[in-house]
Amino acid sequence: MEFFTLHDFMTFTKGVTYLIMGGILIFMPLYWLYLTDRDD
Amino acid sequence: MAQEKPIGEKNFFTPFNVITGIILLIGLILTILRFTKGLGTVTNLDNNNPWGIWIGFDLLCGVALAAGGYVTSSACYIFGLKRYHSAVRPAILTAFLGYALVVLALHYDVGRPQSLTFPFILSRGTSSLLFEVGLCVFLYLTVLFIEWTPAAFEWLGFKKLRNWVVRLTLLLTILGVILSTLHQSSLGALFMIVPSKLHPLWYSGYIHVYFFISSMFAGMSMVIFEGTLTHRYLHDKMDETHLAEADGVVLGFGKAASFIMMGYVGIKIIGISVDNNWHYLTTGWGAWFLLELVGFVLFPAILYSVGSREKNTKLIRIAAIWTVLGIVLNRLNISVVAFNYHLPSAERYFPSFMEIGTTIFIVTVGVVVYKFIATRMPILYEHPEYKEEHH
Repeated sequence: MEFFTLHDFMTFTKGVTYLIMGGILIFMPLYWLYLTDRDD
Repeated sequence: MAQEKPIGEKNFFTPFNVITGIILLIGLILTILRFTKGLGTVTNLDNNNPWGIWIGFDLLCGVALAAGGYVTSSACYIFGLKRYHSAVRPAILTAFLGYALVVLALHYDVGRPQSLTFPFILSRGTSSLLFEVGLCVFLYLTVLFIEWTPAAFEWLGFKKLRNWVVRLTLLLTILGVILSTLHQSSLGALFMIVPSKLHPLWYSGYIHVYFFISSMFAGMSMVIFEGTLTHRYLHDKMDETHLAEADGVVLGFGKAASFIMMGYVGIKIIGISVDNNWHYLTTGWGAWFLLELVGFVLFPAILYSVGSREKNTKLIRIAAIWTVLGIVLNRLNISVVAFNYHLPSAERYFPSFMEIGTTIFIVTVGVVVYKFIATRMPILYEHPEYKEEHH
């Protein structure tokens, strides 16, 4: 992806980063459930 | 506990003693060379590479792996997880020795070790991160020393002093967490001054966060790893409580480390995304970065998770060693391997055998002192006079 302005760069990187953050927010609680579901 | 043999029957020339004796002898020669002939005689450091493995390994790895002290004591005294109580003293001792050796290594590395106190007394560089790191390490080493003293006082029979220090436990734990949070992250933040020297995959505006978060699972892994070693070699020094609680510590810390490591992988990916460094991943440096992140963080995190679900302590202990190696790789990548990455190979730094020898010497001093203390003081067992007193 080529960028010509800082605005382009920020829009692209922030957009991707927010998607990743959303993914992590969903994944981490599920991972915690996976880690603890066999606890007594 | 097993009865010790009478002194006359002890064989002094055990493999451990012989090997450590040789290392200490060579180390003493290197020490004399370093302090009489100067840094240039024993190191490959130069103006392009002023920081070598004495900083990359002895200091950065030493501080990260000594994080078990604040992690374990805060788990026990702040979060109230008293089932980890038996792990506190070994963790505090490891942390205390770790920081003491960091300061020792710093005396070898800085040009004028006699002036190490100058930044605190003569010229306080309060706007410098290095000043903050130095001050925190100095204060935290003092805190760790005080946290360790109850074991020494119990051994020496100083009951009043011991009881007085034990009353400070919570205060010292809080101080330990504050100081660790500050300097673990500041050690990473030191590298924010070199955006053109450190490879973009390792350089990040979040590097201080990476250092702090990774210190947590480094500390937990080190507690598990050190527990494995003491189980194997100092088994006879451990009392029933320590033996009974050991598996619980391994399972609990393994689970916590796995969760934090997954979070760490997540924020590392965010770091790549924020700086749009995706294209570097397909280069040789990218392969090396992925080896570190996937091979030495994600993989042991999965091993930890499977181990804690299956209650497989052996798997967790393997994951702990793997993680410790991963932390060493990460700190060396940042301080040595990916540092000055653009320089031609002839101008790159590679440690001299004398630098490596000095590092092995310092680690060996740590092992010998740990063994000396753990075989004499109530570290792996509770002193009979203070049994059932879970402070």
